[in-house]
Amino acid sequence: MDLDLLLNVLFATIRTGTPLLLIALGELVCEKSGVLNLGQEGMVLMGAVSGFIATVLTGSLLLGVIAGMMAGMLMSFLFGVLAITLVSNQVATGLALTIFGTGLSAFLGASYVGVGIEGITAWNLPFLSEIPLLGQVLFSQDPLVYLSWSIFALVYICFRSTRVGLTVRAVGENPEAANALGMSVFTVRYLAVLFGGAMAGLAGAYLSLAYTPLWSEGMSAGRGWIALALVVFASWKVQRVMLGAYLFGAASIMHLVLQGMGFEISPNILAMLPYVATILVLVVIASDAGRARLSAPLALGQPYRPQW
Amino acid sequence: MSFLMPLRIEKRASDSQVMAVLSPLMAMILTLVTGAAVFASLGHAPGEALYTFFILPLSDVYGWTELGVKVAPLLLCAMGLMVCFKAKIWNIGAEGQFIIGALGGGYLALELAAFESAWALPLVLFFGASCGLAWAALAAFLKTRFAANEILTTIMLNYIALNLLLFAVHGPLKDPDGYSFPESALFSDFTMLPLISEDYRLNISVFFALAAVAIIWTLMARTFIGFQISVLGEDASAARFAGFKEKRLVWFSLLVCGALAGLAGVSEVSGPIGQLNPYVSPGYGYTAIIVVFLGRMHPLGMVGASMLLALTYMGGEMVQMDLSLPKSITGLFQGMLLFYLLACDFLIGYRFVARGHLTGASDGS
Repeated sequence: MDLDLLLNVLFATIRTGTPLLLIALGELVCEKSGVLNLGQEGMVLMGAVSGFIATVLTGSLLLGVIAGMMAGMLMSFLFGVLAITLVSNQVATGLALTIFGTGLSAFLGASYVGVGIEGITAWNLPFLSEIPLLGQVLFSQDPLVYLSWSIFALVYICFRSTRVGLTVRAVGENPEAANALGMSVFTVRYLAVLFGGAMAGLAGAYLSLAYTPLWSEGMSAGRGWIALALVVFASWKVQRVMLGAYLFGAASIMHLVLQGMGFEISPNILAMLPYVATILVLVVIASDAGRARLSAPLALGQPYRPQW
Repeated sequence: MSFLMPLRIEKRASDSQVMAVLSPLMAMILTLVTGAAVFASLGHAPGEALYTFFILPLSDVYGWTELGVKVAPLLLCAMGLMVCFKAKIWNIGAEGQFIIGALGGGYLALELAAFESAWALPLVLFFGASCGLAWAALAAFLKTRFAANEILTTIMLNYIALNLLLFAVHGPLKDPDGYSFPESALFSDFTMLPLISEDYRLNISVFFALAAVAIIWTLMARTFIGFQISVLGEDASAARFAGFKEKRLVWFSLLVCGALAGLAGVSEVSGPIGQLNPYVSPGYGYTAIIVVFLGRMHPLGMVGASMLLALTYMGGEMVQMDLSLPKSITGLFQGMLLFYLLACDFLIGYRFVARGHLTGASDGS
């Protein structure tokens, strides 16, 4: 493989991995607080369509990104009302969120299919982008990629050495004890769920404003679900989420490599790769099931209802 | 916060059976109200729009037969999913099993194009159902052998199934005389399901669905394996303690669902569609999940729920034609319905009581 191809592949790996990284970071925080939100796919789609519409209407990419995040948060708030306040089954509620988000986004975006916009362009960081090879791969990306790294760093530091991270974990491991210590389980869980929604919405906006600047129905193509598998794959460790996201990014752009090397394979067959990879990953994790179960937040998926 | 509330929430001593029945009705009413607001915000008279969505599609015999065309696949998928959900096996894979059933059965139907025998159709149907079953077997294998989460594996299998279908209709199964459309050739009459009346599209697959209702109902209510499935879902440790073979129940539930969803898929291509194309399913496998919840996992409830959800497909097409709204409004109504249902279900386990009013019901909770 020649160097140019390799650099292109690495560059595209980061681009493709970015939405996965964002969704998975959001879901990780959410799951750390004990809430399993299977509605990622619906929130991503709502983020994508809202971001796109806002940009078309206002002409501002920044407003588009903000609208995408707001839409994701609004959706996650709905989830919170049902799954946290009304203690509904988290699995069913997450599925409902995905079904609802898929439907609503298709409805809202129906008249925007085929509309073109000027997407978010690369931002060459001064000095850094001039580093040979590395600069081309890492520091000639678009601003949302840099933002994803900042969020990653924040989440990492938060769980590693702050009180906030500790509180979230306490609530996810043992809500009764956390409550007895004076933490508000509801507030912490709502905030974690909202953060997850913001990240999923941001990932959606990334897809419709930067990755492929257009809107098409169901354009997230299962990324929300893949990110859920990623969190398990990462056994709830922040740094492994990043590794996993880029590994999946690489698997999703294998067709670039194969085409570059002169292989002729149907694009539909190649499109299966990330899904097959997800299943393989689930199998590999499960062979280490004991450890995976140990690292999962203890109260994950269990509703918490205090005495009122 | 409790000081500000004139009502307080209290856990019921036991789940309310009345609310379990009322909750879907409340969800429907809330969906209608919200739907009216949505229509109004889009500048349509709400009453007229709701009429167009829910009543107009069923204003003639043709409408009712079309309802049957959509009820059949929904009900077949939903009955299969119900068996899985009863066991708390979260199989989201009916969509993929449906597609693979359509693809497998469709492949055989194309191979048998020159086989002019009454055996052609049963072979096609059997093969389609078997393909759906095999697709579900993958998820069962992954769950029982590797303890892989079935929600994620079945979703992934759905995406893989869709890409397989796309590959087939763009490649090996594409009609050589079909210009550049990604479609197979039309199936021969010997591989098509008989119509109930020549004037309509309704075919005998609606009887398959009704038979599935009867069989699954009997299975769950009258057989030991049905009982084991319910116990596994209610309390997995009790099921293990009783010596029930959990893995065998997982296999059984998933295979039943796969076969039924596969049959639904092959019936769709050997019925209303008559060929393979990229759009064999408008999301029946996902909508069937809502049918199961809305129908309270009860066979009769699910028949009613499948009719309502079938109607949302027709309503979407109707408002697209009459009010030129996007037909994806169907998904919006379906999602709202499920959301409201989950919210109303809160009242099954909890109730509001006036502050200061003492009841003994919450003791011991």
